[in-house]
Amino acid sequence: MRRVTLLLLVVAGAAGVACRDRPVPVESRASAGVTDLGLAPDFSLTDLSGGTVHLAGYRGKVVLLDFWATWCASCRNETPHFVELQNKYRQAGLEIVGISMDDQLAPVREFYRTYRMNYPVAIGDAALAERYGGILGLPIAFLIDRDGRIQRKHVGETDAAVFERDLNELLTRRRYTGSGRAFDGGHDETEYESIGLDVGPGLVLR
Amino acid sequence: MRLIHARTFAAICFVLLLCPILLLAQGAQSTRISPAEMVNALQLPKPQQPLVIQIGFRVMFQQAHIPGAEYIGPGNDAGAIEQLRKRMQPLGRDTFVVLYCGCCPWDRCPNVAPAAKALAAMGFKNVKLLHIPNDFGTDWVNRGYPVQKGG
Repeated sequence: MRRVTLLLLVVAGAAGVACRDRPVPVESRASAGVTDLGLAPDFSLTDLSGGTVHLAGYRGKVVLLDFWATWCASCRNETPHFVELQNKYRQAGLEIVGISMDDQLAPVREFYRTYRMNYPVAIGDAALAERYGGILGLPIAFLIDRDGRIQRKHVGETDAAVFERDLNELLTRRRYTGSGRAFDGGHDETEYESIGLDVGPGLVLR
Repeated sequence: MRLIHARTFAAICFVLLLCPILLLAQGAQSTRISPAEMVNALQLPKPQQPLVIQIGFRVMFQQAHIPGAEYIGPGNDAGAIEQLRKRMQPLGRDTFVVLYCGCCPWDRCPNVAPAAKALAAMGFKNVKLLHIPNDFGTDWVNRGYPVQKGG
């Protein structure tokens, strides 16, 4: 019996060696819960249709900002879910923005048509990627609240249910109305002014 | 007693079946180089250092890449593979080459395998694949390993 146990231990050990360096599960690679990660860096890019994607223009909406590429398997898995989420929550105030990390434009256009993407997609660059802390792996999605603050960062393929849970939380949050200093999360105008954002007294953000 | 023998026999059979699988897995890993081993390879005298080729995406390369690495393009792109062939054609087939991507978790990377296959078909015998389990940010940059920007 002791020999059997010993053999099983050897097998378990060998299996452990063979399985080392496995990827960290997606859920554990992102911070748990919705937490404030600071103001989302603003940008203005031209999307595939020739329109302008200006992040500050989405203030008052919840934004899912997705860095992706056409050849990235995880990105391809996530895209149909994003199309569904955009349809489902557009009226509630969700806007999804895709930033492609592809080297070339043609495959992005083809992908956009094939996947019937219903949200703006623009081509990103290293400068933008660095402003978001570095895009050194794909996909990476940021969830930005109605006040333009990053509340969640998902690294790697993330389950659609996780996105939906987080988005529901952000979409139902109250916003600053200009009637007092404090709003959700305990931030105030002074904090916005300190980072150069013009939030005058009485300004109704929504 | 007979039950114990049966269990011992079953365990031995299990191990015997598992051995070839583990050996195959080990064989597949012999072409890999870990990030820590790669850092050591970068410390070698210049002539012994590997030719490092990034076969991921340009924006990632511009943000951070392994010092001295060359950018070729995503390995799943036919144009990038052609570019790789052109780059490698004049080199000796025993050149120490390290291919890396880091766009995605190792088992989902679409770029490393096509590039490795292309070099194997060209007859390169000393090609290592940098094993990046999660992505370049997590497994290289965030660990404080050396990087260069631009390109």
